[in-house]
Amino acid sequence: MKILVPVKRVVDYNVKIRVKADGTGVETASVKFSMNPFDEIAVEEAVRLKEAGKATEVVVVSLGPSAAQETLRTALAMGADRAILVQTDAEVQPLAVAKVLKALVDKEQPRIVLLGKQAIDDDCNQTGQMLAALLGWPQGTFASKVAVGDDALTVTREIDGGLETIELTLPAVVTADLRLNEPRYASLPNIMKAKKKPFETLTPGSLGVDVTPRLTTLKVVEPPRRKAGVKVADVAALVDKLKNDARVI
Amino acid sequence: MSLVREVMEYDVLVVGAGPSGLSAAIRLKQRARAAGQEVSVCVIEKGSEVGAHLLSGAVFEPRALDELIPDWRDHGAPLATPACEDRFIHLTRTGAYRLPVIPPQMRNHGNFIISLGNLARWLAVQAEELGVEIYPGFAAAEVLYDESGTVTGVATGDMGIGKDGQPTGNFTRGVELHARQTIFAEGCRGSLTKALMERFNLRDDVDPQTYGIGIKELWEIDPAKSQPGLIVHTIGWPLDQKTYGGSWLYHMDGNLVSVGFVVGLDYSNPHLSPFEEFQRYKTHPAIRPTFKGGRRIAYGARTLSEGGFQSIPRLTFPGGLIVGDAAGFLNVPKIKGNHTAMKSGMVAAEAVFDHLVGGADGPEVTAYPERLKDSWLWKELWEVRNIRPGFQKGLWAGLANAAYETAIKGRSPWTLHHRHADNETLVKASEAPKIAYPKPDGVVSFDRLSSVYLSNTNHEENQPAHLQLKDKETPIRVNLALYDAPETLYCPAGVYEIVRSEDGTDPHLQINAQNCVHCKTCDIKDPAQNITWTVPEGGGGPNYPGM
Repeated sequence: MKILVPVKRVVDYNVKIRVKADGTGVETASVKFSMNPFDEIAVEEAVRLKEAGKATEVVVVSLGPSAAQETLRTALAMGADRAILVQTDAEVQPLAVAKVLKALVDKEQPRIVLLGKQAIDDDCNQTGQMLAALLGWPQGTFASKVAVGDDALTVTREIDGGLETIELTLPAVVTADLRLNEPRYASLPNIMKAKKKPFETLTPGSLGVDVTPRLTTLKVVEPPRRKAGVKVADVAALVDKLKNDARVI
Repeated sequence: MSLVREVMEYDVLVVGAGPSGLSAAIRLKQRARAAGQEVSVCVIEKGSEVGAHLLSGAVFEPRALDELIPDWRDHGAPLATPACEDRFIHLTRTGAYRLPVIPPQMRNHGNFIISLGNLARWLAVQAEELGVEIYPGFAAAEVLYDESGTVTGVATGDMGIGKDGQPTGNFTRGVELHARQTIFAEGCRGSLTKALMERFNLRDDVDPQTYGIGIKELWEIDPAKSQPGLIVHTIGWPLDQKTYGGSWLYHMDGNLVSVGFVVGLDYSNPHLSPFEEFQRYKTHPAIRPTFKGGRRIAYGARTLSEGGFQSIPRLTFPGGLIVGDAAGFLNVPKIKGNHTAMKSGMVAAEAVFDHLVGGADGPEVTAYPERLKDSWLWKELWEVRNIRPGFQKGLWAGLANAAYETAIKGRSPWTLHHRHADNETLVKASEAPKIAYPKPDGVVSFDRLSSVYLSNTNHEENQPAHLQLKDKETPIRVNLALYDAPETLYCPAGVYEIVRSEDGTDPHLQINAQNCVHCKTCDIKDPAQNITWTVPEGGGGPNYPGM
């Protein structure tokens, strides 16, 4: 059974995001990029399924600039078997990504597409769902546990106030939540070996997909700065402030 | 779980992807290519990516780069802002007096204002194109020796060791990187370099190394105030005349300003805080306006070697050698060490290459120091050797001596010495004046924690502290009792805190190792040399965005 794992190159989670002075987006110059952490969890899960003998091949794919090669190499170092980069310098939006992934699913015929529930840059949380819709496949989103049977998947989902366990018929789309696993370190020997694993580069055009953005960003602003707190003398003053300044009671 | 480490073999291993290490790697591959030889070169770097741990002013003298990659202009080297105007200012509490003459070493025509991190990122690309293997995120934790005591390489640290010292579920054993020669390019006060100096007595017969701490911020300023190419240095306030140090303020392209402050770590007053000195410097009426309407976007700190010529240790030992600021090639009056770091790496690479392919005798590349002595680097450092020690007698005596030494190009018949290591210079807290630092205003001056936040520092939480105490009692019995816990003041990242029980008794030292920006000040300045800086799990530490 083949598993397809889409990964995204995003600004590293340690980097403090800064909005550009002209409000057109966030600063990406001289900023560290790495694999979207939820996608890292998806890669780890796929590699574990392979190690457990449940999967035969893990194919990682990314849609993005040539620098996304590094992200794919990281996934290969974690244990994926081969990588496909669909190269574009366009801003990638969920629907375009889902369409590219559908084209790749048609080509590669995986039984599972396992991806992060959302990317930490735009936080859209749409790609997995859109892909499932385009493919007409069942979806198990926000997965914190995945068990693979012969023709079905059991997915435990993190939902408001608890866990929901569902069974999906294969093929299916699964999106990984934070608690699914803790990704491994890519060891130095494995990073070296990853350099020799198969790596294919395609373009959206060669897959017949138009990735031109359909959404326009009007403006990006930083959240308002938190104001310094004040000390109040007594309860009466507090109630007064809540009533008249904060207007919450 | 296997405790056996995998071994990987290279011809040359470089520890540290800074200017010296990358220049060495590039030069090795250039020589190999020209000679039609195969030389395998591996660079490891403890930062999560190349440049993540690099911090420098930086006004860059392109001399070494011109020699390394003469057509760097055609390959997009990030030297975007040419130096235009130099100003050298003496600050008093409220006044600012421009010195009528700029000292020759501080004239920067032909130089560039750069981000060292971005230069290294570019150098790494050039190196990889030549076939150098670069592995960021892997910390060299241990020097490896054979039975005869020859250095055979390094081992990277294990990953996935818990706070309790036991392996976690994610344990990954480190690897052994073996090489015919290992080039240590760890930067100022490298932790392995320190161990090598002790083992091979590399500091015998030379002056103690002296250091400075440089604290830097990157600002995006009001475009109306941006003057790309303007270079401003100050001396004087807020430091007293006994304390060596001063500020830099460089205007770069893109409305960016690099501003920072250096304090010589031979300072004597334990109440001094380099961080607070920097913060109050920015509040000076001549400085503050630059930052009005701007925003601070990055913060970091790093020590630098100031000992110069007299403090250069023996540079080679069987199986390896030291380059860059790990050895200490900074030119203090120029306040530049990047060009000398690169040059030392290049000279070392030449010597190593000839050693490896020429079948020289023995495991020690003795040609490296010999060739260094014939290079411009040696002459440059010799000429200015007396300038930094001249400041031991205070600011004005230092300036007068500097003027004299500069006029005669260092040909005075004597050499001034560094008498003390920096950990020996503190006087007792009770004998030193207290310093009342102003509260941060949140506009131009800030507290430590909001500053460290902008260094993008992260360490895996579940790991043993990488700052180790030789003796657990010393921080209270000596440091607190005699010096009022100076580590809580000199650490620019708030790593050290004295915490007490609710009634104010039972003080003990808390080490917030997660905050550490890898500047190494504690390893240098701790009076009893009780703190040892070791590498944390690879990839930990700051993630500087182009510092």
